[in-house]
Amino acid sequence: MASAATRSPRLLTWFATSMIMFWLMIAVGPFVWTVWGSFKVQGDFFSKADWSNALYGVFTLAETGGTFTGSGYYGAWVQEDFWRNVLNTTIVVACTVVISLTLGTLCGYALARSGYRYAFWLLIAALVFRAMHHITLVSGYLLPFFEWNLCCRLTTTIVVLVAINQPFTLWMLHSFFLNIPKDLDESAMVDGCTRFRAFWHVIIPVMWPGVITTGLFSFLLAYNDFAITSMLLSSENQTMVPKIASFLTQIREQGNVMFAVSAVVSAMAPLFFLVLFFQRQIVSGLTAGAVKG
Amino acid sequence: MPHGTFARFIWPSFLAMILFIALPIVSVALQSFFVEHEQVMREVENCGPFKCTTVLQVDLEATEAVKEGAPMGRYNGLGTYTNRSHLAFQEVSQIWAESESFSAFIVGVYNLPFYKALFFTLTYTFVVTPLVIIFGLLIALGVNRLPKITKGPTIFASLLPMIVTPLIGGLILFWMVDADGIIGATLQIIFDDPDLSLKASAPLTWVMLMVYGVWHSTPFAFVVFYAGLQTVPSDTLESAKIDGASRFQQVRYVIVPYMMPLLVFITLMQLMDNFRVLEPIVSFSAEAKARSLSWIIYNDLSGQDKLFGSAAATSMLTILGVAILLTPVLIKTWRDFNQRAA
Repeated sequence: MASAATRSPRLLTWFATSMIMFWLMIAVGPFVWTVWGSFKVQGDFFSKADWSNALYGVFTLAETGGTFTGSGYYGAWVQEDFWRNVLNTTIVVACTVVISLTLGTLCGYALARSGYRYAFWLLIAALVFRAMHHITLVSGYLLPFFEWNLCCRLTTTIVVLVAINQPFTLWMLHSFFLNIPKDLDESAMVDGCTRFRAFWHVIIPVMWPGVITTGLFSFLLAYNDFAITSMLLSSENQTMVPKIASFLTQIREQGNVMFAVSAVVSAMAPLFFLVLFFQRQIVSGLTAGAVKG
Repeated sequence: MPHGTFARFIWPSFLAMILFIALPIVSVALQSFFVEHEQVMREVENCGPFKCTTVLQVDLEATEAVKEGAPMGRYNGLGTYTNRSHLAFQEVSQIWAESESFSAFIVGVYNLPFYKALFFTLTYTFVVTPLVIIFGLLIALGVNRLPKITKGPTIFASLLPMIVTPLIGGLILFWMVDADGIIGATLQIIFDDPDLSLKASAPLTWVMLMVYGVWHSTPFAFVVFYAGLQTVPSDTLESAKIDGASRFQQVRYVIVPYMMPLLVFITLMQLMDNFRVLEPIVSFSAEAKARSLSWIIYNDLSGQDKLFGSAAATSMLTILGVAILLTPVLIKTWRDFNQRAA
């Protein structure tokens, strides 16, 4: 039997539930609206006269003969070659994730296992680096990169993204490594492993959950980046996000908003599935830093 | 772990950070003392059918040659820092001399580009951060009461605004609040004002950007608080109940103190992230009404003629701002560390 102390007053329950419903509407509503609207024509997406047009697609029916149309997607992917940007994003993100995890696990492991004072200071330095605005760093890169002809290549962008990801990756992996008992690698070393073999054959196999979580966040940082990719890439090899930004200037000149809307929805889709499948890892990753701090 | 092994493990990562984070800061510092070369002018005689006139023209070849010779530009000392688009010492002292009241002085200074951006950035940071914490805590408390089966989908939905690319999230909201979009059109009907446009008014643009900021960052605070709530010891909470604490008192005197470290963590992260606000300004095309420090740098760098000197000076001032923002945290960490060592 629930005691009087644990039972909630009805008013409170009602208030809490309606607050959560309201939040869910704000959190998901815009995405649902935009995904639905991306299959309409502009007259329906921006339906000033009657908002229900956007739901039923009155103009879409009149203009294309069906209530749904893929013309925005055709325009973005085929006419504007958005697939090239998708390909660039894939290359940049995949390379960034793999390289940052390789460097990050090595360094994070060493930081977690060394008892020295300077390991702490290195972590603090990483925290200060984490606070640097990406755009201030970019203003440091651009001139040297132009001078040495390094600018506007995918490789340069990958290297820069890896470096910028490092502070965050280090902090997260460091706290995951702290959770793994020291005895594990020490006993492996007693049995005659070198430090590196103990790390590779004993620690990494039990670290997979932590590595996957950190990988997810490296993915997000690289995928969502705007400041660096928009500055360091030229229009020929842009990734998705700067390309979408450049659609905006095009819209002002030509007025094809639907291209941008479909490109936005296309870029959103992978993130949606990422949250769907890795929700647990994302939550544990966000809290990893906090619980230790 | 011996020092040698330690060094072998960490060098690739630290090399990357030194090359691409520490050195760029040095490079920014150097660049901020230089400005672009002046264009080399040449007198050219333009002869029409009736008479000849001499005009000044830019000598492109000579300008290029000068640029080749010294790519950093010409040395300007602290000139870039003190000019009108940065700290504007001369203008500020002039405004100080001319303005009669303190508020007139503030208004005058506010109209200088750097101070305007600084004011927006600070307002954004210090409005969005507390709101994010309050909403995050409320939502976490609410979700914690939900029946188990609905928790998963709720958390999934709540994560979306944070995970989605800031530029894209900004665009989605921007299209909805457009005068023709669903929210924009609804607001026009509610306020019975067909010309109401969130984009056209400066205060409404600010509100819009901050609403976006809260929407984007609340999930982060929510998730951290929610995970924290799972670890609140149930016996402490129970004894508070037995002692007759009301629901509000339980939250205020048991849950919040218990989650204080999380609160500090979220505040730190949010201060760092909100201070660099850039993407929403780009996606809302709000640069005419609201500019942040990051946006000024972005703008200097993205034009046809890249103003490296000006961007670098703003960058240095921004880095100084970040340093001031982080100092309390660093001092606290230093004290904790010494206490632990002692």
